[in-house]
Amino acid sequence: MKFAALIASNLFRRRLRTGLTLLSVTVAFILFAYLSAIRVGLSQGVDVAGADRLTVFHRVSIAQPLPLSYLDRIRRLPGVQLVVHQSWFGGVYQDPKNFFPQMPVDPEPFLKMYPEFLLPEAQRQAWLRTRTGAIVGRATAKRFGWRIDDRIPIQTGIWTRKDGSMTWEFDLVGIFDGAKQGTDTSPLYFRYDYFDETRGIGKGLVGWYIVRVTDPERTPGVARAINEEFANSSAEVKAESEKAFLQSWAKQVGDIGRIITAILTAVFFTILLVAGNTMAQSVRERTEELGVLKAVGFTHRQVLRLVLAESCLLAGLGAALGLTLGYLLVAGGDPTGGALPVFYFPPADVARGGGLGLLLGLASGVLPALQAMRLQVAEALRRG
Amino acid sequence: MTANGKPLVQLAGVEKSYRRGAGRVQVLERLDLAVAAGEFLALMGPSGSGKSTLLNLIGGLDRPSSGTVVVGGERMEHLSEQQLARWRARHIGFVFQFYNLLPALNAARNVELPLLLTRLNRTQRRKRVELALSIVGLDHRLDHRPSQLSGGEQQRVGIARAIVTDPTLLLCDEPTGDLDRAAGEAVLGLLHALSREHGKTIIMVTHDAHASARADRTVFLYKGQIVDAIPA
Ligand SMILES: Nc1ncnc2c1ncn2[C@@H]1O[C@H](COP(=O)(O)OP(=O)(O)OP(=O)(O)O)[C@@H](O)[C@H]1O
Ligand SMILES: [Mg+2]
Repeated sequence: MKFAALIASNLFRRRLRTGLTLLSVTVAFILFAYLSAIRVGLSQGVDVAGADRLTVFHRVSIAQPLPLSYLDRIRRLPGVQLVVHQSWFGGVYQDPKNFFPQMPVDPEPFLKMYPEFLLPEAQRQAWLRTRTGAIVGRATAKRFGWRIDDRIPIQTGIWTRKDGSMTWEFDLVGIFDGAKQGTDTSPLYFRYDYFDETRGIGKGLVGWYIVRVTDPERTPGVARAINEEFANSSAEVKAESEKAFLQSWAKQVGDIGRIITAILTAVFFTILLVAGNTMAQSVRERTEELGVLKAVGFTHRQVLRLVLAESCLLAGLGAALGLTLGYLLVAGGDPTGGALPVFYFPPADVARGGGLGLLLGLASGVLPALQAMRLQVAEALRRG
Repeated sequence: MTANGKPLVQLAGVEKSYRRGAGRVQVLERLDLAVAAGEFLALMGPSGSGKSTLLNLIGGLDRPSSGTVVVGGERMEHLSEQQLARWRARHIGFVFQFYNLLPALNAARNVELPLLLTRLNRTQRRKRVELALSIVGLDHRLDHRPSQLSGGEQQRVGIARAIVTDPTLLLCDEPTGDLDRAAGEAVLGLLHALSREHGKTIIMVTHDAHASARADRTVFLYKGQIVDAIPA
């Protein structure tokens, strides 16, 4: 550490140049943080999906409904522990751009199925008591400033009420939190019994089923049994693990992930050139000084390390600054104001960013450092 | 290292040539030189005669094309680059014509540079730096950057840097070449004192007869060899 002053003094003698380079590195890392969070937002759910849960959709399309009567038939199959149904409501709040998921469910089994939704007991009781009651995740509650006991009107384009109205009103009885950081707390859940009785069309139908198996090892077997149970019926089904289902969705997101990676690669390549150029210039104009260091007794390798330390300090400072600022910006919420309900900078990516900073430091410093190392003292001093 | 009567620096049959274009220029030719421990030697000669080249060979910054360079009993050609660097750090102090201080570091940090290569801790280093700077009369300029010092002061910082490790041998390449009379005089006085009071062995390249007058002995480099006087 006794070399710290020497290293820092070299870096900061050209304040403007170092400052501008530092700024570019910082911006690159802010971008890195932001794009990481966006990727997490787009692939949300996959990481937290239960390995012991199956989704059961209509074989033809996930948009086709299934009969409610399947519930009991699935429940009776061996290896099945719990079954719930869900349906897509697809409404909006006040304005079409205020999109978030809403689903009618059966409260009791539903909450059992999703222990990652943390709902206070009193609110759970209230939901069981209130036919028109709904619970909503923290993210959406925050987004629209909803409080418990609010009456929430939701416009639907699909589910006309028996009375012909297209607006459904729910009494907000609970707000749930996610047990994990990646848990999606954007949906609103309301009661299926109220839904089924009040809607004008589609009675006795549900969107899909979620099945919990007694033993995750048996998931494939149970999936097969479910598929067979409804083979040759009017509505054949396709059962797969929740993770597999989310992953097939994530595959489409994967393309976006690749684009993000491509963008970051381009950005970091540019930054590498910028930082490398700064270091090359800095070494070139210091030829004589490096010669003096060697005359004084610094070995070639020590000089190499000094230059590398300098480039790593530059990249490291930029990375630390960028990752910190990026972290704070991401913590400030997603740029779309709610379309990405899961939006955070995962610790693994923070660590990855740190590694990237180190790599950038080494890569941008290696050529100038080698040049400095090879410098012959007598030569260097003659050039002065 | 005053190896009983033996000279501290001994060069025998030293040749040094440089490639230039297709041919070679012979700068030093079968050169012999012996410098006793504690001696203050002035080295003079026309420009381009090879004075700096010779100093570099003695200081282990460069290697001869042939011949042997022995300093303090150590044969240069037996040392690897790495060993040579370590050896320089312990035994040699360089003073350059243009001071060659690091502009980004203040006087104290410049003087401290060679000490970074030793095992001394921070306070020990600080003490040595202050001592070296007080010897050159600049202990009140610790925090000044080179750009805030006069040429004469910068050269004295350069000398402080050269002596801070208490080296065996001081090699000065035209230390007064860039200074006015008064500043040059101060630097010469300092070198003289280092020789007299601290027993330093000094080899000083100079163009200035006035400067060489302060040395114990003056030799000339002429046509690649050491002579006691340049033939008229
Ligand atoms: N690396 C090198 N490559 C080619 N020629 C060199 C090199 N170093 C020195 N020379 C040549 O060797 C000769 C001696 O150079 P040197 O610098 O030792 O002279 P000098 O006596 O110190 O001169 P001055 O008084 O001008 O400093 C010069 O002709 C110089 O051009
Ligand atoms: Mg010279």
